[in-house]
Formats: sequence, C-alpha cells, structure tokens
Amino acid sequence: MRKLSKAIARRDVQSIGLLRWLTATGHKDIGTLYLVFALAMLFIGGAMALWLRAELFAPGLRLMGPHVYNQLLTLHALIMIFGAVLPALSGLASWQIPLMIGAPDMAFPRVNALGFWLLPFACALLLATLFLQASGGAPAAGWTFYPPLSMQGGLGADLAILAVLMLCVSAALTALNAVATVFGLRASGMTLVRLPMFVWTWLVAAFLLLVAAPALAGALLLQLGDRHFGTQFFDAAGGGDPRFAQHLFWFFGNSAEYILILPAVGIVSQILPTFARKPLFGHVSTALAVFAAACLALIGWGSHMVATGLPPAGALFFMYGAMLAAVPASVVVFNWIATLWRGSLSFETPMLFALAFVLEFTLGGLAGLVLALAPLDLQHHDTQSVVAHAHTMLVSGALFAILGGAYYWLPRWTGRRYDERLGKLHFWLSLLGANLAFLPQYWLGAAGMSRRIPDYALQFTEPNRWSTVGAFLLGLAQLIFLYVVVRTVRGGRKADVRFWEGARGLEWTQRSAPRGFGAGPRTRSPNP
Amino acid sequence: MSAADGGYYVPKPTSWPFLVAGGLCVAALGAVLALNGLKPGTWIAAFGAAVLAVFVFRWFARVIGEAEAGVYTPQAERAFRWAMAGFLLTQVALFAVLFAALLYARRYALPWIAANELLWPGFDAVWPSAGPNGPVALEPGMLPGPNQFAPLAVGDIPALNTLILFASGILATWAYRGLLRENRAQLLTGLFLTIACGLGFLALQAYSHVLAYAEFALTLKTGIYGATFFALTGFHALQALIAVIALAVALTRAFKGQFQADRRFGLEAAVWYWHFVDAAWLFLFVFVYWL
Repeated sequence: MRKLSKAIARRDVQSIGLLRWLTATGHKDIGTLYLVFALAMLFIGGAMALWLRAELFAPGLRLMGPHVYNQLLTLHALIMIFGAVLPALSGLASWQIPLMIGAPDMAFPRVNALGFWLLPFACALLLATLFLQASGGAPAAGWTFYPPLSMQGGLGADLAILAVLMLCVSAALTALNAVATVFGLRASGMTLVRLPMFVWTWLVAAFLLLVAAPALAGALLLQLGDRHFGTQFFDAAGGGDPRFAQHLFWFFGNSAEYILILPAVGIVSQILPTFARKPLFGHVSTALAVFAAACLALIGWGSHMVATGLPPAGALFFMYGAMLAAVPASVVVFNWIATLWRGSLSFETPMLFALAFVLEFTLGGLAGLVLALAPLDLQHHDTQSVVAHAHTMLVSGALFAILGGAYYWLPRWTGRRYDERLGKLHFWLSLLGANLAFLPQYWLGAAGMSRRIPDYALQFTEPNRWSTVGAFLLGLAQLIFLYVVVRTVRGGRKADVRFWEGARGLEWTQRSAPRGFGAGPRTRSPNP
Repeated sequence: MSAADGGYYVPKPTSWPFLVAGGLCVAALGAVLALNGLKPGTWIAAFGAAVLAVFVFRWFARVIGEAEAGVYTPQAERAFRWAMAGFLLTQVALFAVLFAALLYARRYALPWIAANELLWPGFDAVWPSAGPNGPVALEPGMLPGPNQFAPLAVGDIPALNTLILFASGILATWAYRGLLRENRAQLLTGLFLTIACGLGFLALQAYSHVLAYAEFALTLKTGIYGATFFALTGFHALQALIAVIALAVALTRAFKGQFQADRRFGLEAAVWYWHFVDAAWLFLFVFVYWL
C-alpha cells in the first residue's frame, strides 16, 4: 500500500521520444495520437480508393482482377470508417470534450489510451490480410459481411472479423469514456442544456455506439460460429436465415451513419457561430433534433434492406422511419441558416469547410431521402447512386467537418497560426475534387451502373473519367493539409489563446497545462 | 492530486493500455491461426491471452489500490457508475442480438422455409426445430434415437436454477444493505452465500450442457435450435462467471475491511452485474427453456 501511495504521489516523469507516446495518458496526447493515426489511415484508405478509381477510369479489367478489386473495396470501407473517420472524431473528442466542459481530463485517461491503442493493432491485422494472397487474401465480401458470401474467404476473412471485433471494443470504450466524462466531470454550472453542441452531439453518438457496436460484434461472432464451430445461424438448411445477418449489420450500419455524422454536425455548430459572430440559433431545438435523429437511427435499419425482400409492412415502416430523419435534419439546417442570417460573416478556412458541409449535408441528405423511398430504392439499390450518397455524407460531410474542426482548433492545440492561404487552397481543391468525384456517380447510378463491379458498359465511360479525375484531385489536395499541419506544428507564428475573435466557449479561456483544467472553472452558458 | 486536496485524480503515464491492446491483438492472431489449423496458433493465442490476463489483473488491482488510497472523489465515483451503466448497456445489447436470433428464427426464418415447398418439401415450422436438414425434435426430456434430438425439460435443472438465482439476487441485495447499515457480518455472509449460489448455478449449467450433449443429442451443431440454445445459455454462463469473479473480488476486499457506506463502487458494480445476470436469466428461462 505504501509503495502504491508513493507511486500515486510521484510527480509526472515525462518520458521522451517514442516512450512518451507509448505511455501517454493525457487527453491531449491521446487526442493527438488519434488524429495522427486517423490521418495516416486516411491516406492509406485513400490510396486504395484511388487505385479503385484508376481501375474504373476506363471499361475493361486493366489494373487488377475482380478478386483484388473486391478486397481493396472491402478494406477501403473498413479502413476509412473504423480507421479514419471514427478515430478522427474520437481524437477531437479526446482533445475537446475536457477543454469544452472544464474537466481536468477524460474520466478514465488510461481507458482512453486503451481505446486508442486497440486501433493500430486492429488496423495492422486488417492491412496484413492484403499480404495473404496465397490463402485467399483480404476479406472480399464488402464491409457489410453478408453471408453466405462472407463464409467464403480463408485466413484473411477471419483476421478481418477479429480485427473488427477489436475495433468494436475500442469504439465502446471510447463511448463509455465520453459518457462518463460528460456526466461525471462537467464544470459547475454547466448543465446538460448548456453543453457545447460538439459535446452534446458526441454524447448522443456515444449512446448510439454503446447500442450499435454490440450489434456488429454479435453479427461477427455468430459468423465466426458459422464459419468454424458448426452453428447454422445463417444457413437455411439448419433453420437459419442469411438475412438475419443483414438485420444485425444494418442495425449497426444505420446507427453508424449517425454516429459519424452527428459529431460532424456538432463541429459545424461550433464553427458557424464563431464566424457569424452570433450565438447558435436555436441551441435547444438543435440539441433536441440531434437526439431525435439518434432515436430514428435505431429504427431505420430496414431501409437498407428493401431490395432483399422485407414483408410490405416492414418495408413501409422502415421507409417512413428513415424518411422521418429528414425532419430533425431540416431543423438543424434551418437553425444554421438562421445563425448565419445577419451575422458579421468572415470566411476563414474552418468557415469555408463548415459552409460546404451545410450545402453537402443538405444535398447528400436529400439523396438519402430518395434512397429511403422503398419504390425508388428498388431502382437505385446497389447502384453508384448509393456510393454517391454514402460518400457525399462521409467525405463532403463528415470529413469536411473534421477538416474544418482541425483548422478551427489547430491554433488552440499548437499555439500557432496555420497558413490561411494554403488552407483555403486546400478547401477549394477538396470541394472541387469531392464534387467532381461524387456528383457523376449519382447520374451513373440513375442510369443503372452497378457498384462493387470493376467493369462497366461503354456508355458509362465519360462520367467515370470525371469521377476518377475528381477523386485524384481530392486525394492530392489532402497532401496540402498534411503540409499545412506539419508547418504549423514545426513553427508557425504564435497565436493567442482566443485565436478567433468570435470564438466563445471554455476551450478558448485559458492556456492550460498538458492536461485540461486543474481546478474546475465555473460557467453559466455554453458560450461564456 | 487526490480527493484530499479536492482535485480529480489523473493517473500517471503507463504502458498498460499499449500492452493490453497488444496482448489482445496477439491472442486474436493466434486464435485465427489455430482456427485455420495452423499449429503454432494455439501457443501464440495462449501467449497473447497470458499478457492480456496479467495486465488486466494488474490494472484492476491498481485501480482498487487507488480507491483504497482515497484518490477518487465523489465526482470520480459518479463517473465510475456511469461507465458501469454504459458497460451493462452494451451487454444488454449483446443479449438482445442473441434473443433476436432466436425470435427471428422462430417468427420469420422457419415459417419462410416451411412455406417454400420447392426447396424444402414437407418441412413444417414447429419449434423446436433444427431446420429441414437437421435432426428431428422430440418432446423435452425424451431420449433421442438416431437423427433425433430433445430439448432439456424445463421443470428440471432450469427451474432449479431459477430458484437459485432468485435466492442469490435477494442475498446480494441483503449483503449490500449490510454495508449501508455498517453491519460487516451481514455483508460478508450475504456475499459468501451469493457466490455459493452463483457457483452452484454454474455447476448445474455445466452439468446440463454435458447432459444435452451426452443424453439428448443436443449440440452446437443441432441446427438453429442448438445454435441459439448454446449461444444464449453459454453467453449467459460466461456473464455469470465474470459476475461471480467480481463478487469474489468484492468479498475479498470486504474481508480485508474495505468498502465504506459512502465509498462502495466496487461492491455496487459487482451487485449490479449480478442483478443483470439474474434479470437476463428470467428472459432465458421464459424464451429459451419454457416457450
């Protein structure tokens, strides 16, 4: 006991070099690890996407066989969702939640570190499957893991299942920590209603994660049973049904869409008021809309399964459930517009990304509304339209919000200014690239081009060319971001604590130590 | 910083998270290799699991030590409670997945298979069922012949186990009340009896699983009935085992004189967990054994 008390009382011994990062527990260090890791995965997953797009540049199989194409397609989705976007949001949470609610750290700093360290190990397992081509290669059934297709594949498929299980554990730990932090460690005076919108959206997303991650874990565990232990959960000969796996997967997947987009909504709700120099319009209604959207997320999974044969009553139920999500989404968008209304707008890089998000979120959301309509979904199912919708929401949506958030908080994190001109260049090239990449896919889908197929009919060539050019533009533009970040960290000009004159919130009030706040500050509003 | 000077306890840098994640990764890798018939897999998995076990154990021991050293403020206790509630929510969701598998098979999958006369002629959707190609189900408790199986009789071990868990739930609450009333003897007796009930339950469950394999030809491979039966009861038994371990840790700590009426999260969490196991069993009893 005495030894332990001594260990607790011992002052921080700051390790240096690699060891510092391996043993880090501070929320800022973990946040940085998350963000750097997410950026690395963005480039790896992005390289896969560019390889796929290069294959689709022209008809015919030119660069790879169908099997390799399927593997890259599967890994691209898994890496981008579980390796890039979700970890980036976790990194922002780790950095910002304690700062924004006036907490000394996340509630469980060591669990925060564990949540992070599971990621590189799991992604290493995932990527290692690419090098197992002799025994079947990487998983090739798509990130949706539909049986009986997913029952094929050897070692790589098993490794991917175990890796994704680890990612589920990581996500659940992150969510637990966020919930415990927000409920346990708020500064006095910060009621739930006064929570900054980024923190509120993360709280809601965390609850979704706690319910949804087990559904994916369950689906994968049952598949592992079918693959190796002789169970017949998904085999009609034994009384099972492969469609049940789809129900489980989409219960997770439909929630996952909201888990990825809600914190992005939160980021944008922080940025817009800062650069409109007005508080967020309708703080409470925005918060309630986010909550309502999360509730709808839990009952909308069947809208992904209309084409696989639901009973008509089920198809209708899920159709209306999914379409209802447009209501809270509209509330949020109108609140944003009202926030901008008669504000003193200025257009720095974070604001540009946030404004683009508003536009693309609306566009992608409307496309989602089309896909949710059961009769139309039968037409659009498994076409490039679905790819376009998903990528509008995840790239022009979640990724743009994350990039905007990164620019927004970069001066706060590093104490230095970033290069505004390069930031704007990055934004405009990204915007151009993303829309050039994804808009043609709506048209291709409507015209009937399938997704997940490496070849296509001649008449689809022209839009595919544009899409590939756009994808490369989008990918290369992210190198500018890398350069901007490195240059800022390496010695940009010094920035004030309250770098943005319009910024409100606890995170801008004091330059804190490596951990967040020591003694809890008091606050009476989300924008002190 | 500690509770004494009013600050939130923030732990020092540590390599345990890295090592736990690494151990889990190695264990997963080894398991996959073993499942695919590659010999060194078992050893790799065992090594990873050992690393995992050692550092998880040290981690929990450390947190208990910190709690006893008095570093956790009421704020920290509140965070712990929320985390435990969140953890139980994930476990509820996992149970929901397995129950969904059972109910989906009964309500949808089997009737759809039965309705398809082209592919599965002559198959009727009568529960219990191992599917059109599986063995035929008998009445519960009957001895099966070749290509037959029988479910366990609900009035037998399952009913007994329900009584045992019901009693243990009351005992756990009684023990917890003992701490609140600062009656140590009640706390220790209650915890001891709860654990005894838990171990009795686990022994009976293990015996019933052996019985299912040996007497009733009911195995993991007995179609959808066997799969859902063993998934649900097996997962529940795993949860019960973990909860018993948590209760045993709580008993050891209580024996050393730890836990106070106002500092009792470790005990509270174990009791919560046990009640969760109890409640889950009620659903199991109704949907798996009875209906």
